[in-house]
Amino acid sequence: MESVLPAVQGFMYPNEMELQWGVLIVLYPFITGLVAGAFILASLERVFNVDAVKPTYRLALLTALAFLLVAPLPLQLHLGHPERSLEMYLTPHTVSAMAMFGFVYLWYLMVVLVLEVWLDYRKEIVLMWRESRGPKRWLYGAMALWSDNISPAALALDDRIGRALTIIGIPSAFLLHGYVGFIFGSVKANPWWSTPLMPVVFLFSAIVSGIAAVMLVYMVTAWWRERAFDMRCLDTVARYLFYAFVIDFSLEMLDLIHRIYEADESFHALDFMVHTRLYTSQVIVQIVLGTVVPLSMLGLVQLVRVQAKTRRWVYGSAGVLTLIGIFAMRWNVVIGGQLFSKSFLGYTSYKMAWATREGLLPAVLLLLLPFVILAVLIKLLPPWKSEPRRPGVTVL
Amino acid sequence: MSGWLKDKEHLARMAGLFALGITAFLVFRWLMVPAGFGLYGHYRAGALDDARARPLHFAGRAACEDCHADVVAARVGSRHARIGCEACHGPLLEHVQAGGEMKPARPDSRVLCARCHQASPWKPKAFPQVVVAEHSPEGPCIACHKAHAPKMS
Amino acid sequence: MNPDRRQFLLETGKLLVLSASASVAWEAIVAGRPETAENYTMTDHWWSMVIDIEACIGCGNCVRACKEENDVPRKEQYFRTWVERYRVKPDDLEHPVVDSPNGGYDGFPDKGGPDAEAKHFFVPKLCNHCSNSPCVQVCPVGATFGSPDGVVLVDKTYCLGCRYCVQACPYGCRFIDPRTETVDKCTLCYHRITKGLTTACCETCPTGARQLGDLKNPKDPIHQFLREHHVLVLKPQMATGAKVYYNGLDGSVR
Repeated sequence: MESVLPAVQGFMYPNEMELQWGVLIVLYPFITGLVAGAFILASLERVFNVDAVKPTYRLALLTALAFLLVAPLPLQLHLGHPERSLEMYLTPHTVSAMAMFGFVYLWYLMVVLVLEVWLDYRKEIVLMWRESRGPKRWLYGAMALWSDNISPAALALDDRIGRALTIIGIPSAFLLHGYVGFIFGSVKANPWWSTPLMPVVFLFSAIVSGIAAVMLVYMVTAWWRERAFDMRCLDTVARYLFYAFVIDFSLEMLDLIHRIYEADESFHALDFMVHTRLYTSQVIVQIVLGTVVPLSMLGLVQLVRVQAKTRRWVYGSAGVLTLIGIFAMRWNVVIGGQLFSKSFLGYTSYKMAWATREGLLPAVLLLLLPFVILAVLIKLLPPWKSEPRRPGVTVL
Repeated sequence: MSGWLKDKEHLARMAGLFALGITAFLVFRWLMVPAGFGLYGHYRAGALDDARARPLHFAGRAACEDCHADVVAARVGSRHARIGCEACHGPLLEHVQAGGEMKPARPDSRVLCARCHQASPWKPKAFPQVVVAEHSPEGPCIACHKAHAPKMS
Repeated sequence: MNPDRRQFLLETGKLLVLSASASVAWEAIVAGRPETAENYTMTDHWWSMVIDIEACIGCGNCVRACKEENDVPRKEQYFRTWVERYRVKPDDLEHPVVDSPNGGYDGFPDKGGPDAEAKHFFVPKLCNHCSNSPCVQVCPVGATFGSPDGVVLVDKTYCLGCRYCVQACPYGCRFIDPRTETVDKCTLCYHRITKGLTTACCETCPTGARQLGDLKNPKDPIHQFLREHHVLVLKPQMATGAKVYYNGLDGSVR
């Protein structure tokens, strides 16, 4: 595979001029972060009984499932030998964070998400099994495991177990994305990554992105289906987004201030990188557009009374900016960590291709795929009970 | 339906599905983990043999000395005595394996000698070095210096 | 001691130690079936290397020999070993001027006049075969490992190409071989040292700046060398248990 030597400034060890992890590895923590965040939002209702957000409960679960199914794909595309990826399950190296993450992922997918979705939807699945014909009948039957007991006692049992699963699911979600942070944070060779704060920062930015994603999905699906927006729900979700964002911002500022204050041997190299090669993505996109602006917008709405329509515009724009900002954060961690030399004497650049295995095109497709899967899941397992149609003309 | 399983049948089926999955995985694992894995550590023991079986290209100076005793004698006490033969003559295992056939090309002394002896501030001061263009503007270095015993008497 | 004489003794000692074991393996090598040489017990050895900065002349023999011996891609960004060139102002250790044109493969055609006030030297680098290796720690499947005789190796049939080990190595000694899409790095010429030969880089080093050492062999000259010289490993603060010992390593070396 031919590759042009990227533009190097200063000195880099000869083997580190070309980046090892590209946009696909940026995509992966972004996607798993959305999963963890969406699940935390769902757990707000189920465990902490914040029933204002109940309209988003099932939507959050389906969103989490759709994204979790896509999460391994960027990794598979990136591997030199994807056909050997099963080795991580056959002979996992237990001291390797990456290996153990395979099991955290599997646990989360099978035990937390799939079981919880199944238990929550079982009544509807059985009903649809009874009502449908043809291949759909077979599908719903399989999903019901061909057991059609939906007596109140059975459903009550499902509810109890589902609640227990959600309780287990919260630390599992923390583990899911904290682990991804640990995969970076435990690499002592890389000072941009190596910090005990990394799992915590990753986790809280995941929560922020997940809540923002579910909030946007809710708004888009409500608008698409011409249903009324449940403003009590939306306001509560936005409030939790604001709280999570404050914590996330504080953690990232803490990391930054700590680095500047201690100014260890890596500091000048990293500082130079942030002021030059990483300036646009770190300062402009992540910090200003992706954090300060949406945080201010969300905070303002908490303080100043504003019309529902305006609030929706604020939530929508803040949500989009937030997602862009969190993506930029993943970009800055992954790509930023490879732009400088481990000798602290030089810098390289990232050449992202378009239509290669690791290029931008597959990344874009992989970002769109979860929405396709979500659409299918919504069709199969509608997350909403009947809701009032939106009155009047459909103007947001 | 038995009393105990009433209202729990679907859970029992799901549990059964999980048990099936885990068993299938364990069987698959037993079949697929390569032989020798874990023998010395968390790796396939055969990898050590693979590493050892890589082809060689350099014979090592001991092999040269078996046949070229005259060169060994010429180098006794010379400034170049400690240099391996292949440092200048390149990889020679093929030559050894061919019983002395497949003779290597003679290195071009102007290129070869300059690599070590071209003056440079980076080289240790005590190391013999010259500015080649001034020292010998033309002609091969071996016109005056015997490669195996370079010091001119 | 006169550096020449010191080097000579080192060399001779090495020859004596190696030729005994080499002679047994030699027949197998000449017969073209090196893997059948049977007289090697892993637990009798603990491999390391000594690099003497004061002796390195930057000729690049080691880089060329390594690429030749180990079939390393000849393209610019793949090196199992390479040589860096340092120019350091004596009172400014934090800003050395460093370069490594094509890893030192073609030697170092001189660039710019001497800077009389600065220090100049070469630093050959390779995998440090760490005894507490961070690259082995992060490998998710066990495709890279430390052998019982202290060499960090890669199992090319098992490596996924996830590149986590490349990220974890503080020394930048790993790369992805584009032909196999797996990780590759210095193997300390495992196929040679297990037959009593020395590594390709040590074999072709004209000044003896690179010396293979077997720490478990009481007769190995490395013990005397380590006793008599002040040595450093690269990035000691990372506590990797690096086993490549540098004599004369300057504080500016990254």
